[in-house]
Parts: sequence; structure tokens; C-alpha cells
Amino acid sequence: MAKRIELKSIDVYYGKFKAVEDISMVIEPRAITAFIGPSGCGKSTLIRTLNRMHEVIPGAYVEGELLMDGENIYSDDVDPVKVRRQVGMVFQRPNPFPTMSIKDNVISGYKLNNNKMSKSDADDLVERALKGANLWNEVKDRLERPGSSLSGGQQQRLCIARAIAVEPDVILMDEPTSALDPISTAAIEDMAVELKEKFTVVIVTHNMQQASRISDMTAFFNIAGTGLPGKLIEYDKTEKIFSNPAQQQTEDYVSGRFG
Amino acid sequence: MAIISTGFQASASLPRWFTPAALVGSFSVALAVFTLARTPSEGGTSLVGVGFVGFALYLLTVAIVSRLVEGRRKAADRLITSLVTAAFALAVIPLVSLAWTVVTNGIARLDADFFSMSMRNVVGPGGGALHAIVGTLELTLIASLISVPVGIMTAIYLVEYGRGKLARAVTFFVDVMTGIPSIVAGLFAFTLFLVLLGPAAAINGFAGSIALSVLMIPVVVRATEEMLKIVPNELREASYALGVPKWLTIVKVVIPTALAGIATGVIIAIARVIGETAPLLLAAGFTTSMNYNPFSDKMMTLPVFVFTSFANQGIDTQSYLDRSWAGALTLMLIVMILNLFARLISKFLSPKGA
Ligand SMILES: Nc1ncnc2c1ncn2[C@@H]1O[C@H](COP(=O)(O)OP(=O)(O)O)[C@@H](O)[C@H]1O
Ligand SMILES: [Mg+2]
Repeated sequence: MAKRIELKSIDVYYGKFKAVEDISMVIEPRAITAFIGPSGCGKSTLIRTLNRMHEVIPGAYVEGELLMDGENIYSDDVDPVKVRRQVGMVFQRPNPFPTMSIKDNVISGYKLNNNKMSKSDADDLVERALKGANLWNEVKDRLERPGSSLSGGQQQRLCIARAIAVEPDVILMDEPTSALDPISTAAIEDMAVELKEKFTVVIVTHNMQQASRISDMTAFFNIAGTGLPGKLIEYDKTEKIFSNPAQQQTEDYVSGRFG
Repeated sequence: MAIISTGFQASASLPRWFTPAALVGSFSVALAVFTLARTPSEGGTSLVGVGFVGFALYLLTVAIVSRLVEGRRKAADRLITSLVTAAFALAVIPLVSLAWTVVTNGIARLDADFFSMSMRNVVGPGGGALHAIVGTLELTLIASLISVPVGIMTAIYLVEYGRGKLARAVTFFVDVMTGIPSIVAGLFAFTLFLVLLGPAAAINGFAGSIALSVLMIPVVVRATEEMLKIVPNELREASYALGVPKWLTIVKVVIPTALAGIATGVIIAIARVIGETAPLLLAAGFTTSMNYNPFSDKMMTLPVFVFTSFANQGIDTQSYLDRSWAGALTLMLIVMILNLFARLISKFLSPKGA
């Protein structure tokens, strides 16, 4: 569980357009790593390379090496589907499956892959995952209701439960709280902190306070201008980035001078 | 402050009986004018004229009275409401009139015989359309069994996999197929079976089904394509992110999400081809006898039954006409049942939301 991720000169393309250039960094296990930076600097693009979701977009590809506990997930003999089973992902907008109940949404990773499990195993798993996502108490009496009957914040936690139910090694979250109210946001932040006990957590956020509150490490990305690729400007302990960054750009961004 | 509060006060409004009263009044005046003004040589009063003049009078009355009593905003509101309602009524009139004509003419022969007998050896009254009903149901079923899988899979290819030249070519051919006149589809099926089976056996039920499939496939493709396109990409990504392969994502996420719409589209496609006459006349032929086997011999269908009964009225003209109308009514009922079915399906299959 909880793998160490090492990026080695990663370039990410959408067809001819290079969106992200030359990223090398190490993402530590059992910690929260935050990606921050202005819009369009490639945070979403980069986080989607960590579970090979980037390449589902036609024409999109990645160059470089990405090691998970030493194994390059971009080597030719690796099946992207297998990678995604080990790296869960939570999206900006909650996207529970509308045809499934709350319960089926939680175990959708198994159901959709035709993995059979006994009813009691399924019930245990549903309870565990929903507790892990701080949602159990709110939904335990209506597990058969459709997932889309929940509020936005609950739906997002349902999506997190769905991601942790398949017991991945890494959890990626792309601005998971940007569409949510402050109370739901707090619930998800608390949960992220609990998740790092077991998983490697990577979170993209627009919210400086959020990054400083919950993350252990922070990576700041920036672009020199539109049409140019995003680059990693500074990567360090969160405290350092927010109190005493090495780069002027980082300082400007975290102090709210642009972005 | 005072000015603002008066602005929000409800202005005087016309009583509820105003609209019906204005309607009755306007149309009575129009009717009276037309009745008095007509010259004896013209015969009856023109109802169309009464309708137009009455409606114009009504609009005028409403506009003036409402403007004086209620003010500009409400007058405009009433005017537009009247126009929209009139447009709706105009659209519904032919529909109601058609349904009424078919029902009143068709009901006479909608008896047990009609649903239990063929036309074998019938020249006068009596007889029935069982052979045509069976034919229509069998042919449409076979056409659906061919078109639905082909159409749905084509749509899946186009939406989920199709890139580049092949996809563009398929889209182009689907467009072309959509525009094929139905008689051409009939000719195509007829010649195909002529080449395959020779002149003696060319005309049979299955050939009719093929002709219907040619017409049905593009409709199914289009309807399914539209439904698949509106499945949010986020759901596909959610599924991929759980390590579900693409084909399973399509089978277990995309299709179930779009199922209600696809089912409705399929039923509308069926309703579209079930009333086709020309291609069946060519490809499936016509007969007065029962034929349960779509793979050999000519097969009667309801639209062809309606057509031939009307076109070749025997000595006892009325019996043929009655049967023709009853056939039309039966066809209309089948289509209505199909539409009802489509509604039920979309009600039960739609993703259940908040
Ligand atoms: N599907 C796509 N096709 C082409 N370009 C894209 C696509 N998605 C994002 N981009 C481009 O990639 C760059 C980085 O975008 P993104 O990763 O979404 O930034 P961020 O998440 O940091 O706001 C932007 O210039 C954006 O326009
Ligand atoms: Mg983004």
C-alpha cells in the first residue's frame, strides 16, 4: 500500500501542444502532496498522468518515466487499466453513476469489472468505505436510494468512497472541493487527512488555505504565458513554500499577488 | 418611495369571464356577418371565413379592452397568449380530424371476424385482416431484430470509437440512408431477392423485412447516437479511473445511462416503418391468404391491406371500404400502443435522480 511516486522528466502533450514540460519530482507515500498554481498551468494535466488517464483524450500522450515504487508505469508492457486499479481518482465535479444506488456506487469498482463478491463481504466493504469517506452516518438508512439523490458534498464523498473501496495505493483528487460549500469542504479536508494514513494522496487545489492546512508537501506550477508549457517552479515542504519560498514567483503566488 | 410602491401594486385586471365572453362574442358576430352577407348562390356559410374573422375580432377586442383596463404589459401578454394558443389549435385540428375520420369509418368492421379471418375466398362482406396483422407483426419484428443490433452497434462505433476516415464514411452513408425514398428500399430488397432466389420466390416476407431494415437502421443509428452523446464524459472517466476497461465501461455505464432514450428511439423507429406501404407492396407482395412463414411466399401487411382494399374495391364496394378503414384504424392503434410502450419504458428505465 501507499506507493512512492517518482517523476523523471515528464513532458505531457495534447497532440502537438506541449501542456507540461520537464517535470521531475518525488511524491512521498503516506503524505498529502498539493499541486498549486494559476489556471491553465497544467495541474489537472499532470495529475491525470499519474493514473494514465491523460491518454484517454484522443491524441494525448506522455513522454518520460513515471516510477511507482520503482516500476515505470509508462513502460510498454504495462496495461493502463491495471494502473488505474491501483491509483484512484476523484474529479472536480462529483460524478456518481446515475443508474446505481448509493451502495452500488460504492462497490462499482468491483461490479463494473464483473468481480463477484458475497453479500456480506459487499455490505462490509460498503460500510468500511463509507465510514472512510465520512459518509456512513448520513446515508446508512438509505443505501438503496440513487446516488444522485445526495447533495453535492455528499456525492463527492460518495465518489471518494467509491475510489477507496477498490483499495488503491494512491488517491488523486483534482480540485475535489471547488464545487462544494464550506461545510462539505471541511468534511472532505478532514477525510483527506485520515486517508494519508493508508494512501499516497495528491490533491490539486486553487485554495491556498486548503493547501497549507492539509498538505505535507506543496508543488507550485506556473506558465510563462499562454501557449507555453507549464513548469514546476518550486517543490518543498508546505511550511517552507508558504512561509519562506525560494522563488519570487512562488512568493507572489502564495501571497495572492497573482493567480 | 411612494412612486415605487405604486409601481408594484397590481393594476386593475379584467374578470375571468372576459376571455370566454370575448371569444363567444367575436365568433357570434363573425357568424352573423357571414350568414347575412352571403348570396344565395354560394350555399353554406364558410366556416374557415368565420374562423379567421372571428379570431381577428377577438384579438382586436382583447388588445383594445386589455390595453385600456390593464395596461400595455398585460395587453401584450394576452395577445401573445392568444396567438400561441391559436397556433396550437391550428396544429391540432388536422390531427384530431384525422383520428376522428379513421375511428368513425373504421369502427364498423372492428369486430371479431376482422381479427380472426383472412380474406381467402371473400368477395363480399365479412372476411378479416388477420393475415395482414400477422404479416405486419412478423415483418416488423424481423426488421427490428436486424436493425436494432446493427443500428445500436453502429452508433456505439461512431460515438465511442469512431475517428478519422472510416467514421466519416459511416456517418455519410447513414445520412444517405436516412434520405432513401421508401420505394427505393423496396426496389432494392426486391432486386436483391430476385437475384438470389429467382423470380418465382423473390417476393416473400423476409424481403419485406429487409426493405424495412434499410429504412429503419439509419433512424436507430441517429437516435442512439444522440442518446450516447448526451451521456456525460465524466461518467466514462469515472469508470476508467476505477480501472474498468473501455468495452465494459460502454456496456455497463454508457448504455445503461442512455437506455431509456435508446429504447424510446427504437420504438419510434418501429412506429416509423410499421406504416410503410410502397416497399412492402414490392418486396412482400400481397395475398388474401394466411401465411405465417415469412421465408416463403407472399405475405400481406396492414398498410398493403388498407391500400389494396381501397384500390381494388370489388362489386360490394362498401365492404371493401369498411375493411380498408378498419385496417387503418388497427394500424393506428398498434402505433399508439407502441408509443405508450415507449413512454412506459422511458419512465421505468430513466436514471432515477433527486
Ligand atoms: N483536452 C484538452 N485538449 C487540449 N488542450 C487541453 C486539454 N485540456 C487542457 N488543455 C490545455 O492544457 C493546458 C493545461 O490545462 P489544465 O491541466 O487543465 O490546467 P489547470 O488544471 O492547471 O488549470 C491549458 O493550456 C489547457 O488549455
Ligand atoms: Mg484543472
